Amino acid sequence: MSTAVIQTTNLRKTYAEKAAVDGLELTVKEGQVFGLLGPNGAGKTTTTMMLITLLRPDSGKALVLGKDVVTEADAVRKSIGYVPQDPASDRYLTGRENLQLFASLYEVPKADQADRIRAIVDLLDLGEHLDKLVKKYSGGMRKKLDIAAGLLHEPKLIFLDEPSLGLDVSVRRAVWDHIHGLKKKGTTVFLCTNYMDEAEELCDDIAIIDRGRIVARGTPDELKSGLGGDVVCISPSSNEEKVQSQLKETLSKLDFVSGTGQDGKKILVYVDANETALPKVLDAARSASIEIGSISYTRPGLEEVFLKHTGAHFTQRNEDVSGKPKKKRR
Amino acid sequence: MSATSAQLTRYFQRLKREPFTTLFSLTQPVIWLLFYANLMRHADFKDATVADYPTFMLAGIISFTVFSNSLGGGIPLLFDKENGFLHRLLATPAPRSSILLSRFINILIISVAQVLIIVGLSMLILDTSIETGILGFLMILLITTLLGFGLTILSLVLVFSLSGHASFFALLSFITLPALFLSPALVPLESMPDWMRWMAYANPMTHAVQAMRGLVITGWDFGQIFTSLGILAVIDVLCLGLGVRVLKRHLG
Repeated sequence: MSTAVIQTTNLRKTYAEKAAVDGLELTVKEGQVFGLLGPNGAGKTTTTMMLITLLRPDSGKALVLGKDVVTEADAVRKSIGYVPQDPASDRYLTGRENLQLFASLYEVPKADQADRIRAIVDLLDLGEHLDKLVKKYSGGMRKKLDIAAGLLHEPKLIFLDEPSLGLDVSVRRAVWDHIHGLKKKGTTVFLCTNYMDEAEELCDDIAIIDRGRIVARGTPDELKSGLGGDVVCISPSSNEEKVQSQLKETLSKLDFVSGTGQDGKKILVYVDANETALPKVLDAARSASIEIGSISYTRPGLEEVFLKHTGAHFTQRNEDVSGKPKKKRR
Repeated sequence: MSATSAQLTRYFQRLKREPFTTLFSLTQPVIWLLFYANLMRHADFKDATVADYPTFMLAGIISFTVFSNSLGGGIPLLFDKENGFLHRLLATPAPRSSILLSRFINILIISVAQVLIIVGLSMLILDTSIETGILGFLMILLITTLLGFGLTILSLVLVFSLSGHASFFALLSFITLPALFLSPALVPLESMPDWMRWMAYANPMTHAVQAMRGLVITGWDFGQIFTSLGILAVIDVLCLGLGVRVLKRHLG
């Protein structure tokens, strides 16, 4: 049986009478890549800050690797790694100097520092840039450097906040490969992300958080099958709302349809996984004399899961709804 | 201790990367010696005798330099706080005291270097000397340390209490001139208007200037020296108390 590396009980943090984290109950198992998903301002950063001991919870309890984040903060800090969302190495130092600084702060023995730095730098392909000033680094190199610095002390648990934010495709791939590699070595990864494809690719276990509470929990497959089947995405050629709702109503009456939803002009029809659904939906629309503009059939992704549980399209909710604005705390 | 030296290494690596900034800030006090000392050479102060203004001003320039350095001591952390580096620093097991200590030692080393430049140059170009000699100079360095400690902590308190670097720098420039004028750095305490003199007593710089000035001009006046050291130590303890409270709240 795998043990819990993170365990929170009724964890709560309030800013200006608004609960940023509202009675969070969370267990993360050892050796997994755990994904915390949620719209901006849902409480992801506040949760992470409490778990890495930088923010004191108002109430509740959080154990990280069996240690209390408030009363045993020092022990927690020693055994975790943290890579922030925005690149935050010292720009006036070289990559090597930054790594040496963090190796010392994480109490890596002086004798091991050079070897550890070489190993991590080879892995992340930073070697040739190591003695350049960080201010000359590209965004991708900075991110890799930050990840390297967070791993020098070989932590059992690493927190990655939006690891692929603003990275180009190849760097993103490299970062993902590295996360896969960490998992193989038995490191537990706590990943905060806004990208559903990232969560789908990397995570063994996902919690979707909204307004400081967990609204969905499970493996990516569990979450997807929890939607009740595949999704037919259909939009009428008419832009009239009346036609859209008429179509939605017609389709919801079909016996193989388990539910419907709407995303703008598109009607989402959740159906039992079955290939005959598509022609049947088309037939139903035709007999109701509704002209169809487009139709597609998809196995649901995490994006659809997200949509269902947060009740809003996640890319449309960029303003902070439940906490201090992110920027202010950076 | 290794956390302190690692952070100290960082500050000196940065200093090395910006040689001109370093050079300018190290030699900044020279402006006072070169222009202000010569400007005031023939000034006549009521109620006090100033035999030689450059010699008189030496203690003032040293104290003011240490004062400015120390009150600006939090500046690197101001930017660390804003760009997220501080969060990474705080997520490490480095003791919180090492953050404070490394800033203090960094500022102290810069201040000592500047005191050496100030004393050296004023001996060379302004023909001043320290009455109490090398031992007196070491005592000046001790006073420098006591003056700088409390002010560096105060600077860190401001860094963590204020909203951002704009308000920090606004406050810094707002404080600096009154602090200079409400001290005997440039004029004898006896020549100041009564109300300004009373305000000056609340200024830590005043006590540093008085003790240093005695060492430079008249000789060993232990009453004066211990009074000043005592007052500066009390200010340090008060600042440390405030600092621990504020930093505990902000650094966890």
